[in-house]
Amino acid sequence: MQLSVNCDQPAPLPTSLVDLRHGDAAILEGIDLPAGDARRLMELGFLPGMQITAGRSAPGGDPRVFQVDGSEIALRRETARRLTVRRKKVASPDRTPGA
Amino acid sequence: MSCSDCDTCKPAAVVEFPGSRTAPKTVAVIGPPNSGKTTLFNRLTGLRQKVANFPGVTVEQHTGIAALPDGRTIQLIDLPGVYSLSPRSEDEQVAHDVLTGQRADTPKPEAVLLVLDSTNMGRHLMLSAPILALGLPTLVILNMADDLRRRGGHVDLHKLAAELGAPVALVSARRGEGVDQVFDFLAGAMPKPAPKELPILHDVPKCRQWAGRVGSQASYHAPAPPKWTRRLDAVFLHPVAGPLLFLAVVVAVFQSIFSVATPAQNAVDWLIQHSGNWVASVLPAGLLKSLIVDGVWKGVGSVVVFLPQILLLFLFIGILEDSGYLARAALIADRTMAKVGLQGKSFIPLLSAYACAVPAIMSTRTIENKRDRIATILIAPFMTCSARLPVYTLVIAAFIPRRPLLGWLLSARAGMMLGLYALGFLAAVVTAKLLKSSVLKSGRTPFLLEMPSYRWPTFSSIGLRLLDRSKVFLKRAGTIILLVTVVLWVMSNVPFVHGKPPAIANSLTGTIGRTIEPVIRPLGFNWKIGIGLITAVFSRETIIATLGTIYGMDAATNKEGMQVALHHDLTMGGAVALLIFFAFAMQCISTIAVVRRETGGWKWPILQFAYMTCLAYVGALAANYLIR
Repeated sequence: MQLSVNCDQPAPLPTSLVDLRHGDAAILEGIDLPAGDARRLMELGFLPGMQITAGRSAPGGDPRVFQVDGSEIALRRETARRLTVRRKKVASPDRTPGA
Repeated sequence: MSCSDCDTCKPAAVVEFPGSRTAPKTVAVIGPPNSGKTTLFNRLTGLRQKVANFPGVTVEQHTGIAALPDGRTIQLIDLPGVYSLSPRSEDEQVAHDVLTGQRADTPKPEAVLLVLDSTNMGRHLMLSAPILALGLPTLVILNMADDLRRRGGHVDLHKLAAELGAPVALVSARRGEGVDQVFDFLAGAMPKPAPKELPILHDVPKCRQWAGRVGSQASYHAPAPPKWTRRLDAVFLHPVAGPLLFLAVVVAVFQSIFSVATPAQNAVDWLIQHSGNWVASVLPAGLLKSLIVDGVWKGVGSVVVFLPQILLLFLFIGILEDSGYLARAALIADRTMAKVGLQGKSFIPLLSAYACAVPAIMSTRTIENKRDRIATILIAPFMTCSARLPVYTLVIAAFIPRRPLLGWLLSARAGMMLGLYALGFLAAVVTAKLLKSSVLKSGRTPFLLEMPSYRWPTFSSIGLRLLDRSKVFLKRAGTIILLVTVVLWVMSNVPFVHGKPPAIANSLTGTIGRTIEPVIRPLGFNWKIGIGLITAVFSRETIIATLGTIYGMDAATNKEGMQVALHHDLTMGGAVALLIFFAFAMQCISTIAVVRRETGGWKWPILQFAYMTCLAYVGALAANYLIR
């Protein structure tokens, strides 16, 4: 995993989708799941470099809806935990166009 | 959409279908899930469609006939919704094999309609690379044009067509906007841009990059997020209001099945009774009259009465599904499903099992994990299907007094009905827990559920489904139930005593009934109910036809309505026992057949039938002893 060198603040701790709260946005870095499962997620838009915004959830916070690449996909906690992300400061519902 | 007024691209060639100047004979419709593919298919084919299964696999095959304005007809095949053509799931395998002409049972399509969601073009365009690479004449249909426009999105169709090397149409299948272009394409009258070499990409990120590039070349401007969907989700997925609304929806559906359906049901009942009286008045007295009036009219008629109620249930499920709420309900239910070892994807088959277990069991194929899938198949028949509804309605109306249970909110009858639905659900949950902690234990698979935007359900799509259900129901009433009723009538008229039909208790039916009576006596059932239980193995509602016939032939009851006549044979305890028996037992040959097909053998259906029958017996026994 490459980390950027030219930043004055310490590199952010690796976080996962689980750590995002409603309205938080982050950039997907990697998917730590078996190849078949990862491919399925990628087909739904969970590609490294994509912006993901956390949406609403079922009562209790699990599963949660994530806005990614123009769609809203619900993931369980146990799956969201395997998706590592880089935090973004701005929480905006807009998404970046294709990576 | 014509290219004639643009001189930057090459002179437009007209799409040529191989082998003929005429329209293609077979055209495949394909697209990702939630692209509105089925809406377009309905729009193109209307009532001229049929549903079957691809032989050997569990994938449904929808075919339909599209009539071109000039009178020619084309067969359309609606392929399953897929994200890619790499054959990993059964759906993708079937789509791949049909498109490449590798399925012997399906003719190779001569052209393809590729349906994509225009509001989500970046991601949906990924599917166009493998489809266009097949080399078949393809029309790329950007669906949901109305949504794209309203939410401020934009795409340049000329540029997109040039980028893809295929004609493109912007369509709203729901509103019928732009559908004439699809007909133009099918008629071979659509200009075709110059072909373009497309990359063959097996890697998802690269494919997405290509799709993004094509999109930006075509000046694709993604629409704003769906405002109303966000607003509605703020309510439907609210931590407190969400689950409450979920419960309210469920209760409202069941309450209205009772209150709204009743007038329609009374009307159908009136029609059947009066037509029966008329038939009785014109036929000469004798055995034929008895067969037609007692056998056919009273038997089959008593089942047809329940058509309005069943349609109402399918109407509600259709509205919930088409509006997009069902996906939210699955989300809310996922945690509960996880507790019994199942996943949220099991929720949708289980919910549709409330209408009918057969399509529900077929829809379990969206569950990729095989063990989860078998567990879902095994518990689906516990869900209160619409065939149980006539039995519940009749017995409840006969035995449960009409009084309020929770003020004006819930009557005692609706409460009893809700209780039976809950009982079936509870049995399913306990069974799932048992299965998933023993023989069907499995690792968890990721739960992925796409939340479609909320949409108004369309009249035509729901209407088509209701029509389809009516056909299935009436066909069953006209075939299996009619046959069972006629056989029962014959058995109830032999052996002749002094050249006359016997009293029903001395007939062959009565003899068989009394033979099995000792087995069901502890449940509070007599031989008449017993005969009903035997015939109900064909399908649950047949018990009503059977009792209708038996009561019609019995001098003691033939002047009484079913509800009154039932009091001769059942006490309160017996009535509740009967309800519980029906809640648990697997009385449906169609379900048994579909389970055998979907699980690939007799092992699971036999186990399931034995288990459910035992549970039904024990449950009914307990009810008859506890309720006096």
